[in-house]
Amino acid sequence: MLRRGGTVFLQQREASVFIVAIVLVLYFGIFSSAHASFFTKNNIANVADATAPFAIIAAGEVYLLICGEIDLSVGYIWTLSPFLMFFFNTYYHFPLFLAIVAALLCGALIGLINGALVVFLRLPSFVATLGTSFIIYGFTLTTSAAQEKSLPAGSAAGLGRYFGGFIWAEIIWAVVIILLAQLILTRTRWGLHTIAVGGNLVGASEAGISVARIKLGNFMATGLLGAVAGILEAFRVGTIDPSAGGYTPMFYAVAAAVIGGTALAGGSGTVIGAFIGMLVLAILQDGFALLGISSNPFLIILGVSIVAAMVANVYLTRLRRAGRS
Amino acid sequence: MTTDTPGTGPIDDKQPVADATDATEVLRAEHISKSFGAVTALSDVNLRLNKGEVLGLLGDNGAGKSTLLKILCGFQAPDSGRIVLNGEQVSLKSVTHARSLGIDVVYQDLALINELSVFHNMYLNREYRTGPLLNNRKMKALAKQHLADMGVRIPSVDVEVAKLSGGQRQGIAVARSVYSDAKILLLDEPLAAMGVKEGALILSLVRDLKERGEVSIIIIAHNYAQVLEVCDRVNLLQHGEITFDKRSADTSVEELTDIVVAEYRAAMQARQNGG
Repeated sequence: MLRRGGTVFLQQREASVFIVAIVLVLYFGIFSSAHASFFTKNNIANVADATAPFAIIAAGEVYLLICGEIDLSVGYIWTLSPFLMFFFNTYYHFPLFLAIVAALLCGALIGLINGALVVFLRLPSFVATLGTSFIIYGFTLTTSAAQEKSLPAGSAAGLGRYFGGFIWAEIIWAVVIILLAQLILTRTRWGLHTIAVGGNLVGASEAGISVARIKLGNFMATGLLGAVAGILEAFRVGTIDPSAGGYTPMFYAVAAAVIGGTALAGGSGTVIGAFIGMLVLAILQDGFALLGISSNPFLIILGVSIVAAMVANVYLTRLRRAGRS
Repeated sequence: MTTDTPGTGPIDDKQPVADATDATEVLRAEHISKSFGAVTALSDVNLRLNKGEVLGLLGDNGAGKSTLLKILCGFQAPDSGRIVLNGEQVSLKSVTHARSLGIDVVYQDLALINELSVFHNMYLNREYRTGPLLNNRKMKALAKQHLADMGVRIPSVDVEVAKLSGGQRQGIAVARSVYSDAKILLLDEPLAAMGVKEGALILSLVRDLKERGEVSIIIIAHNYAQVLEVCDRVNLLQHGEITFDKRSADTSVEELTDIVVAEYRAAMQARQNGG
């Protein structure tokens, strides 16, 4: 019975990264010299903040990776979206809520453009979104004159609280988005068709699935999530900063997805895994800081984790396929 | 079996294959042509299929079998010609449209998704749902029952299809079409790259379907011995046209071989003459 339970657990794609997360929490929280400060409210909030926005864009990247694509520009949608909110609110006099909605819709629109370049012009998504990354970033710097903007007046105490101002707001958004994304992936037609498109493109279209619709939709969702992360971060940090976002969060999100058990080659993946993957990276970074270790070796550990996770994934997938594990 | 309309034997080029008023006819293709740029894949195809009949569509690689299949299943539109389904002319707009009319295709590459379970594959793009969510329980139960009905034996409907053998995968693909209310089933090279045991599984599956008599089947193949085993009638597709139409009982592997050998001889002759 226990053995069977163990087998079922190991067959989950999230298994390896979940074990790593538990081990890290136990180490930093109980056995390390920094254990006294690990479970404090402030530290947990730090870990949550270092997880939430990355996990949000990782949710989008997981869908794209599953259907065989990637979006390099999502981090710059993150950069742009709070500026758009600011512009809509300040220059076009949109009420704050509508300005936020408009900025989010612009994120989805950029996603649609990314998707159209890939689906209709048949560009590889790596190249298409590399191009749009620069366009979006250049647009942001041009329109903002590369200057920081302050949040719309009164927003931090009002609506902004729900969009990242309140200490746990961002992680709550992240968890809700992750759970919803995982539900859609595993329990709806959209998720099933996304996996089908990534697993067997020709087969999926022969079954009558609209590959274009699936890919466009997933690019739009990723763009939307990039905008969500950007706006949440602006309210959390308390300023609109042109140096926020960029390639780094995007690569962290992709790294989290891969560490969490999503195949870069497409066809399989898990949003929960990406969330735990991001949590692992955040805990590592936080734990290092608590122990007073320089953050420089963190990058080495990140790289090793990605490679190790890929090796583990390949190995576990082979076990799953062989029907034993 | 409805083999009461005997084939006409080697046929005249531009004549429709069968009498259009045949009551048991379910599908007829008339004067179908299709070109890709300068390449003519189909020049003038006339073909008919009767209710409950198993028709073997034979032909060399490049004879146009796959193109004809793609036209019949709605994947591609013909350049000219018409398709008559149950006595009514139809224009197939898409695979989904053709499927809604009861024409379904089982592709050579099976169109199965390795990463998905057997039951998700069986109901791909026609999933049962409760509200927005997939009704996995219902799909599992139905898939299990349907596969058992058809004699397709697999360890569990929960396994990824990647774990199954070629015969099992084909069985699932055929079962998927049959139970989606397909009335006309197009099987694309169902025996290609399959061992004797696996091939036997598929042939007995086709035989079962034939006995039920509800589904009409076109089997596309280039191994005529196997096709003659299960087909009521065979057509031969050469250079984009149907050049031969006979009941299986009235022909033989030898006759079909002779025709193809003659084609080879002619081709070799043409090469020599051409320099």
